[in-house]
Amino acid sequence: MRKTTAPSSKLSSRLAALTFPAFRLHTWRVNWRGAVSVGGFLLLWELLVRFGGGGFEGIPTLAQVLSTFWNKYLTSDRYWQSWLVSFERVGYGFSLAQLLGIPLGLLLGTRRVFHEVVYPLVELLRPIPPLAWVPLSILFWPTAELSIIFITFIGPFFIIVINVHDAVRSLRKEHLWLARSLGATRGYAFRRIILPALIPSIAVGMTLGIAVSWNVVIAAEMIASDVGLGRLTWEGYVSHTATTVIVGMISIGLAGYLSALVVSYAERRLMPWHKVT
Amino acid sequence: MRKRRFWMMWVGYLGAAALWYGSVKWLPLDSFRRLPDPITVIAEWLSPNPTFGVSAFTHPYYMHILYSTYRATAAFLLAVLLGVPLGICMGWSKSFHGYASALLGLLRPIPPLAWVPLAILLFSGVESAVIFVTFLVAFFATTLNTVVGVRSIDQDYFRAAACLGASRRDLLFDVVIPGALPSIFTGLQIAMGAAWFSLAAGEMIAAQYGLGFLIMESYNLIQFPTIVIAMATLGIIGFLSSALIRWLGTRLMRWREQSLGLAG
Amino acid sequence: MAVAATQFASPHLSTQTSAGGCLSIRGVCKTYDPHGACVEALKDCSLEIDAGAFVAIVGPSGCGKSTLLNMIAGFDTVSSGQIYMDGRLLAAPDLPPRAGPDRVVVFQNGALFPWKTVLENVSYGPVRQRTLTRKQAEKKAVELLRACKLDAVAGAYPAQLSSGMQRRVEIARALMNEPRVLLLDEPFRAMDSVSKTTMHRHLLDMYRMSRKTILFITHDLEEAIYLADSVIVMTTRPAMIKLVISVKLQRPRHPRILFSREYLELKREAAESVHEEARKAFERGEREQA
Repeated sequence: MRKTTAPSSKLSSRLAALTFPAFRLHTWRVNWRGAVSVGGFLLLWELLVRFGGGGFEGIPTLAQVLSTFWNKYLTSDRYWQSWLVSFERVGYGFSLAQLLGIPLGLLLGTRRVFHEVVYPLVELLRPIPPLAWVPLSILFWPTAELSIIFITFIGPFFIIVINVHDAVRSLRKEHLWLARSLGATRGYAFRRIILPALIPSIAVGMTLGIAVSWNVVIAAEMIASDVGLGRLTWEGYVSHTATTVIVGMISIGLAGYLSALVVSYAERRLMPWHKVT
Repeated sequence: MRKRRFWMMWVGYLGAAALWYGSVKWLPLDSFRRLPDPITVIAEWLSPNPTFGVSAFTHPYYMHILYSTYRATAAFLLAVLLGVPLGICMGWSKSFHGYASALLGLLRPIPPLAWVPLAILLFSGVESAVIFVTFLVAFFATTLNTVVGVRSIDQDYFRAAACLGASRRDLLFDVVIPGALPSIFTGLQIAMGAAWFSLAAGEMIAAQYGLGFLIMESYNLIQFPTIVIAMATLGIIGFLSSALIRWLGTRLMRWREQSLGLAG
Repeated sequence: MAVAATQFASPHLSTQTSAGGCLSIRGVCKTYDPHGACVEALKDCSLEIDAGAFVAIVGPSGCGKSTLLNMIAGFDTVSSGQIYMDGRLLAAPDLPPRAGPDRVVVFQNGALFPWKTVLENVSYGPVRQRTLTRKQAEKKAVELLRACKLDAVAGAYPAQLSSGMQRRVEIARALMNEPRVLLLDEPFRAMDSVSKTTMHRHLLDMYRMSRKTILFITHDLEEAIYLADSVIVMTTRPAMIKLVISVKLQRPRHPRILFSREYLELKREAAESVHEEARKAFERGEREQA
């Protein structure tokens, strides 16, 4: 039977398509229809604020947002510090997740006993939403910063472990046998065959993980911190300043987009042969 | 072989539980001392008269579960009702895709939880705001997977149907929908999982009742074992709902069961 | 290298004359225009195919044979030239392509709907065209499947069948619509030689019983000579008709003719042309059709 509709081509690749931004800097063709719909969206926004009642009363228009940003935030130290703080948290958490998660995934995929004992635990902990860990994290870690970094770590951690584990499991045995028959040592086989085969899965895991990290750091900051982009947005909410909220949201979106670009750049460097969808 | 795996699994669970217990009770580190230990948690969970008022036998527990489940289901259903048709249109028609993808691409990088404050302001009500944010996450997941599903349908199926006299409407029901269904169900599973994550966060930030809320409340009221109970419950329900969708998918797509070929 | 309109007569007229299916292809060209680069896929193709003839088209992979088939089937527009069937204009440069049950295609990788059972697949055509009710269509489908000895798998899903059976079901599905022309696009390409031999036998049986006009595309010269009345050899891109061979072997065809002198003569006549084109394609680094 032909292999057409095949979502058995990993769940995670599909998830990655979700988070990879739709714009790409190297396509030079302008999407005119896209421009129309975005324009329409902005127009709708404008109209709803002017004429729609109810919930739209406190909402600023795009013009107001931009002018507030230009006047108040562009030069504000605190604003750019929030960027830095949030980026740091995501950076630490995400990197730690990769540093610990990739080896764990490898172990789970290669050592059978380890897999039998540890994998059920991973399966058990995985469905717990990262944010649900916040209170325990606050209890456990001595500083607030560490507890937030822990949260940004948990999200991508499980993702990368599962991805690496699945990739190792689906390695074609023939490749390893071939190498062995050609005289490769265990170490060589590991370095030159297993590791490179993992790169696509790691790339997918990273793409997903960075999105989850951002999602989570924002919420964690809203709950448990006094600095950062999430906190900024929250303060806008608390003080009923919708402009701040929107500035915060756009900033967060931009930050997330930039991080995703960095990850996808790294992905393309590591896998020049791979066509990113 | 299977039996062995079964036992090893329990070795893992018990080992982890023992580790947890041991580190909480005996490790001379403050961090661990503050955590609740597994015995207390399980005792609390299964006690008919729990110290902190929430256990498998108490009414509030199920009330929280109900609230969370209701929100998740509502958001999920809405996402499916809007996302699948949109995804089909986007996957099938290039021009439609042009219009819609730019807009989606603009909104997608914004982490769903960042919408919470704005949603509360817009919807002037926490309940709708939380459902909206959960809906957003599920919506994006569903739509994108539907688009991928429609696009991955081999062109030959469309051609064959056209040869055999199918109209455009026939193509939709005979080719597009069944062809995209596997991908759609993958998307639904992802959407469900993501919805639970998002819902928990939304409840933690801004709701009354619900499992996420329970987590925050027990933390604030220094009822630590309840935190773990709520976390575990969230995990279990999330897992069950994904499994339900997967089961539904297998039933709807019986044709995917591959059995060994009959004599050719 | 233009080829004038050629007449192919079918070697015998059986007692059952087929209902139409006479194809006239006149000066058909096809150019693609991806990103401004003009690619000529098909150039100046002219053919006259009699009703009930079995015509094979051979050429190197990716040369444009399928392009011609797509235009006859109505999947693609014609850049210039016309295609007529039984006197009716089928395709022309300004005519929007329309596929239909009078020219059903059997696809290379199989296009049975995986989500429908064999019976549902086979009865699909008449039901959709509203020529029969579902009950009537299913009854007719069962009869047809029985005639093809496939009634045992009527309730199965395509994925449960071997590729040979799938192909047979697909041919049955095509025949349900009583097409004037049956178009087969390298249908046995992905099959092993044993299954292929079985499929040849089934196809020849079917042809003997129904005498439909068949256009059979393949890259395998031996298969083409074995099955067809006429073999058309096409060049590499831009595809043109290079050679037309009339196969006057006796019908019904039997595997033993593969060793007969006539067969080997025909093969020799065509082989050099085919190999020459294949070599040219290889040197140009043409990509194989997926």
